[in-house]
Amino acid sequence: MVTIVDYGLGNLFSVAKAFESIGIPVRISADPKDLKDASHIVLPGVGAFPRGMQNLKSEGLLETLEEEVLGKKKPFLGICLGLQLLADKGYEYEESAGIGWIKGEVRILDVERQGLKVPHIGWNNLSLKKESQLFKKIKPDADFYFVHSYQLHCADKEDIVATTMYGEEITAVIEHENICAVQFHPEKSQDAGLTLLENFYQYA
Amino acid sequence: MLKVRLIPTLLLKDSRMIKTKRFGEYRDVGNPRTVAKVYDAQKADELIFLDIAATQENRHFLLETIKTVAEECFMPLTAGGGIKNVAQAREILQHGADKIAINSAAIETPEFITELSKAFGKSTVIVSIDFKKNANQKKEVFSNRGTIATGLDPVAWAREVEQRGAGEILLTSIDREGTMTGYDLDMISAVTGAVSIPVIASGGVGTIQDLVDGIKIGKASAVSAASIFHFTDQTIFKAHSHMKQAGLAVRK
Repeated sequence: MVTIVDYGLGNLFSVAKAFESIGIPVRISADPKDLKDASHIVLPGVGAFPRGMQNLKSEGLLETLEEEVLGKKKPFLGICLGLQLLADKGYEYEESAGIGWIKGEVRILDVERQGLKVPHIGWNNLSLKKESQLFKKIKPDADFYFVHSYQLHCADKEDIVATTMYGEEITAVIEHENICAVQFHPEKSQDAGLTLLENFYQYA
Repeated sequence: MLKVRLIPTLLLKDSRMIKTKRFGEYRDVGNPRTVAKVYDAQKADELIFLDIAATQENRHFLLETIKTVAEECFMPLTAGGGIKNVAQAREILQHGADKIAINSAAIETPEFITELSKAFGKSTVIVSIDFKKNANQKKEVFSNRGTIATGLDPVAWAREVEQRGAGEILLTSIDREGTMTGYDLDMISAVTGAVSIPVIASGGVGTIQDLVDGIKIGKASAVSAASIFHFTDQTIFKAHSHMKQAGLAVRK
């Protein structure tokens, strides 16, 4: 069963409803036992980086996540803050350590000098850097819904599956073995988003 | 490339969807869930729900509406109306909203903006600013659904909410709202020029060209409308297509 990690941040309800709408069994849980029992693990998240890490640690979820995702190689999908937290380090409000599964750092979007507004809010298309099962049956010019002020700068460019343009090239999708993550919100990206969630379930 | 957003605003009163004119003259325009499904099917870019009659006793109407819509519409939803503390904001987000809009509470307690921003991230917090001409013909921010003069200048208040951590501004002209006479482009331009967060233009759209003007002249990041979709034969499809012909980047 797909298990959505409940660490007190983010729109878990919409993520769960999105999976349900395409017939995929899903549950929301903060119980490490459910993560051990999960077929797929989803880490959503809306909020600030330090609070996200703090909650993962205080709920005692971090160790179980490492065992299940790094140890047992379960398919994992991070969404929005759930992508950013995978980095080594974040700089939102203060420098703080991330989960560290993906080499890189999370920094504020540096586009105001170009007269662009921050946060980056709205629908944007992607530029695919490599083939990915996540994009099966999705049109190459499909738009996805973004809402964020920070972005992940990957140290290893091989981890980047797709980027989006907003003044600078922004990391939109990453994949590293069984770990996938998206900066946009598939659960809020209408048909293309639902297809991506289905692909994650089917092929990951 | 980032697309400009077209955002229908759905005003709620109890469990119904209504439309107002200059914040008065209520008209019932239907069931919010049904209307939201139509906008979703027509590829609206986002939806804003504002409960204009929210009190402590009837907050559940907004929560129920957001929940039923979020169960079926997998698109961005903003909810506002009567949110006064972090717990209420969290409750709305847990019911499926992606962003919360605050208005009077931000004016009463400006620190509330920062508190929400720290709790849920800046991009989750919209500050809604309603303004109209006061007795001296000067544009002024009004709170509590246009009933209380605040003494605040709209541009100065917009700067302050940005500084305090708002991620976006919903800027509504009370004088234009529901009149279908076009946006207050002067004020929209003044605010978009003063802040570096996105501004959603609202109040007065009567033709689809008004939407184009809001972006091209007003420099808004997103355009909101309501009457035009209720009371004319214009649809989201037609509006998107006109905006595209006018050279704006819109979603396919």
